[in-house]
Amino acid sequence: MVTTAHHEPEESPVLEITEVSRRFGDKLALDDVSIAIPPGTVLGLVGENGAGKTTLIKHVLGLLKAQAGTVRVFGLDPVIEPVKVLSQIGYLSEEPDLPGWMRVHELIRYVQAFYKTWDAKYANELREQFALDPKARIKTLSKGQRARAGLLVALAYRPRLLVLDEPSSGLDPIVRRDILGAIIRTIADEGRTVLFSSHLLSEVERVSDRVAMLKAGRLVFHGDLADIKQSHRRVTLRFDKAINSPPPLPGAFGWTGAGHEWTALFDLQFEHVETEATRYGAEIVDRGSPTLDEIFFARTGGNGSAALASHAQE
Amino acid sequence: MQIHVSPTDGIPIYLQIVNQIQYLISSGRIAAGEELPPIRVLAEQLLVNPNTVARAYRELELAGAVEKRRTAGTYVAEGGSRLARKERLKILARRIDALLAESRQMNVPLDELIDLLRQRDRVMAPAHSGD
Repeated sequence: MVTTAHHEPEESPVLEITEVSRRFGDKLALDDVSIAIPPGTVLGLVGENGAGKTTLIKHVLGLLKAQAGTVRVFGLDPVIEPVKVLSQIGYLSEEPDLPGWMRVHELIRYVQAFYKTWDAKYANELREQFALDPKARIKTLSKGQRARAGLLVALAYRPRLLVLDEPSSGLDPIVRRDILGAIIRTIADEGRTVLFSSHLLSEVERVSDRVAMLKAGRLVFHGDLADIKQSHRRVTLRFDKAINSPPPLPGAFGWTGAGHEWTALFDLQFEHVETEATRYGAEIVDRGSPTLDEIFFARTGGNGSAALASHAQE
Repeated sequence: MQIHVSPTDGIPIYLQIVNQIQYLISSGRIAAGEELPPIRVLAEQLLVNPNTVARAYRELELAGAVEKRRTAGTYVAEGGSRLARKERLKILARRIDALLAESRQMNVPLDELIDLLRQRDRVMAPAHSGD
């Protein structure tokens, strides 16, 4: 693990999820998931819809009790000590649940009453920066302005942990920029910690220190973003004979191609790809570093994926 | 300081920042002794994680291209441009490797490739020399 700018690695994690499993009826929503977020870092949580991202976040907020395993936020169990935990978490979801009849200034006053750490000056700065009209009723706000209002009340008490569940879904680029900017400022200010779920992988790549990817309730990978990118290679092979399906090269997954030319990602032993490929009558015609998007699609596609073949598919 | 970061590029963002600052130093666009923007400022400008910028600055410091001063700023090191030149040649070498791989793939001999390089240089020259 790579150490962060502001903190030493031995500092205990702000969030620690250990071997958590969760079942809804027949469906295994989370399957033995372990994640830790060191202080002052951003964890990007990625995965398809239904992969378990929101279920995981509900465990962090204490809205769901772990059926197996443990969840600790600031070292506390959020189900047993919800007040202590929630008073230090700022939360924004895809559809912020704000009372529509309230005016913006009423919302600010209302939320302020719940938090000892509320910073009125900061709240006002954010309101001006987001151009939120204090007299406007929440229900009359556009989706983007509602997201900004939700962000304001999630940030103004300067929470130690900011939890964002698909915050920029369906929002225009300018609001998304505000949200990303807020994440960056949150981290830059005294090294606060962020858990950020999104399917917009280019945003995850910009702001995350570490990435955890869920697929059908299981962690596919979890680690330093730069390490994940550097431990994957995209290799295109040209076979001397046209083939119908790719050969079982070790470490290869997410095959695409047809006939003579096939492309795959490699996550291990890619230094041996050349020798291995030769055995199948192929030579490397292109190689490069995949983007997080490519890694994600190769992982979720399940297309001849050796690494994932053993896992149950939805 | 003009830096462009692209998450769709396969290269990790901290390396993109390192490479571009190395380039700015070696091309003289940032001079020795000049201060780099504070981590937070560059992070907000590029819309990337401040830890990523910090990591890029650490890499540059390890490479001897910049130095931290007691006043908490990061400055381009004396001799940083010499080191950066070495770094720039390394970047070029990687591009050349890719070009060589492709020319082999297309069965273009090395001599012909060098001729082509000279020919392209003549075509490109007037646009860049500005005389």
